[in-house]
Amino acid sequence: MKRRALFCLQVGVTALTALFMIVPVVLSMLAGVTENYFIGLRSGLTLKWVDQVWALYADTFWLSLLIALCCLAITVAIGLPAAWGLLKAPPRWAARIEECLMLPVALPGLATALGIILLYGRFSGLRDSWLFILIGHVLFTLPFMVRPVLAVMQAIQLPRLEEAAASLGAGFWRRFFTVVVPNCRNGILAGAFMVITLSVGEFNITWMLHTPLTKTLPVGLADSYASMRLEVGSAYTLIFIVMILPLLLMLNACNHWLERQATRNALKELA
Amino acid sequence: MSLLETRGRAPTALRRRAHHGARWPWMLLPALLFLAAFWLLPFARLLQIGLSPDRTTQQSGYWTVVSQPQYLQSLLNTLLLSLAVTLITLLIAAVVGCFLARQRFAGRGTLLALLTFPLAFPGVVVGFLVVMLAGRQGVLAQLSMSLFHERWTLAYSLSGLFIGYLYFSLPRAIVTLVAASEKLDRSLEEAARSLGASQWRITWDVIVPGLKPALLSSGALCFATSMGAFGTAFTLGTSLSVLPLTIYGEFTNYANFATAAALSVVMGAVAWLGLMLARALTHAGGEQPS
Repeated sequence: MKRRALFCLQVGVTALTALFMIVPVVLSMLAGVTENYFIGLRSGLTLKWVDQVWALYADTFWLSLLIALCCLAITVAIGLPAAWGLLKAPPRWAARIEECLMLPVALPGLATALGIILLYGRFSGLRDSWLFILIGHVLFTLPFMVRPVLAVMQAIQLPRLEEAAASLGAGFWRRFFTVVVPNCRNGILAGAFMVITLSVGEFNITWMLHTPLTKTLPVGLADSYASMRLEVGSAYTLIFIVMILPLLLMLNACNHWLERQATRNALKELA
Repeated sequence: MSLLETRGRAPTALRRRAHHGARWPWMLLPALLFLAAFWLLPFARLLQIGLSPDRTTQQSGYWTVVSQPQYLQSLLNTLLLSLAVTLITLLIAAVVGCFLARQRFAGRGTLLALLTFPLAFPGVVVGFLVVMLAGRQGVLAQLSMSLFHERWTLAYSLSGLFIGYLYFSLPRAIVTLVAASEKLDRSLEEAARSLGASQWRITWDVIVPGLKPALLSSGALCFATSMGAFGTAFTLGTSLSVLPLTIYGEFTNYANFATAAALSVVMGAVAWLGLMLARALTHAGGEQPS
């Protein structure tokens, strides 16, 4: 009897939570294509708000994309060697260093951004360009590239493969590019989707580092929420959701694939 | 002869193996240099600027933070809000996590995906969603209008912030807790039940200790993000007295760099202390014989 009540309670809490998470998203997406939200859906559906947002804010979309791709390139370029270094470092050091790399994620982005402005803000060439935002994004996303790659490296027993290559006479860089990198590609892929998703959605650091000429998508969103009609803000949110949804789906697929591979490897190891 | 040969070869093999891993500091160098230049140095600069005198009080930034009631109030608000959000998030996520980990039903995967998909929303979007939910034209306002003929708006106050932070934290906590609940050993619960333990005791003595590491880690993360959640607060109203907004106001409206830097350091330190406390508690639990 009591267990039944408990079960009902669990169902209730889960259902309410799901409603809480989904209802506002659906409402906002609907509001973005409604003629007049104050009247409701009766006023008819329209794409004019989406058009208006695109006319006003298309450049924020492209800048976000550019920053996300550059961020990806840099996190791959410095994150892959870092993951390899963490794999080879003595475990105590590796744990410490990994924690240090996590610091920009764990501590508030606002504080990081303030520090960057107070230290580097006086270099106006840097301050006015989008590279300033890129710095913040790389700081924030680097651990999300390093961790999946490191996890894959640990799962596939990379040292054994490397020793095999070394015994065949391959030099260090040759081993790195022809053995290490290709074998970690799944981790790199999972990390890449995570990095792009996070970079596209980053706000706390970006808001402090942006200038009127370097607005990213979330900055534009904040701008439209503060100064535009509810429908325009909603249409903009709709564009944002449409942009990150495919990324999330790919990320999900990647993670599933990695998990399956990990269990397969574990089984092989047992056999 | 063969003995000599192996003896001669062994050191080179060893040397070569050591050589393989010997490059690790060099490979880590680019990432660490980047971190040092763009995170450590800026933070050191914050620490240092916090020492310089404030524009109005002429005292150092840190002293101003400690001595002026409005800053202490802001700190206290943020702290209490973050703690409340953390507790409620863990409670809801634990219930949902246990439920989703144990029940198999059609649409379970979709439900889990829907619950975790808002994970990618930045704080500004979450703030806007709170406006859709509890703002002047929100669902809550319309419902209360038709039921009680008064308009309920929670969005532009601390309760709106609470709803927003909850929305932001729930997906992350649910992901962690579903994974942790799936690993729980159910035979322990059956054993407790067969020994006559009530459902309440089973929950408290078997399930909660089993979930403890996951609860602590996601709780610490939730607390740290709530301490510094700028985007949500920024969308909901810039007059609210919480740390991120106070810092932003001091920096942009009053150009009060010393106090803004000191407050940022305090905010970072509190978030960091939360993470350290959670880790200490996890390790304390791990050393006990299980």
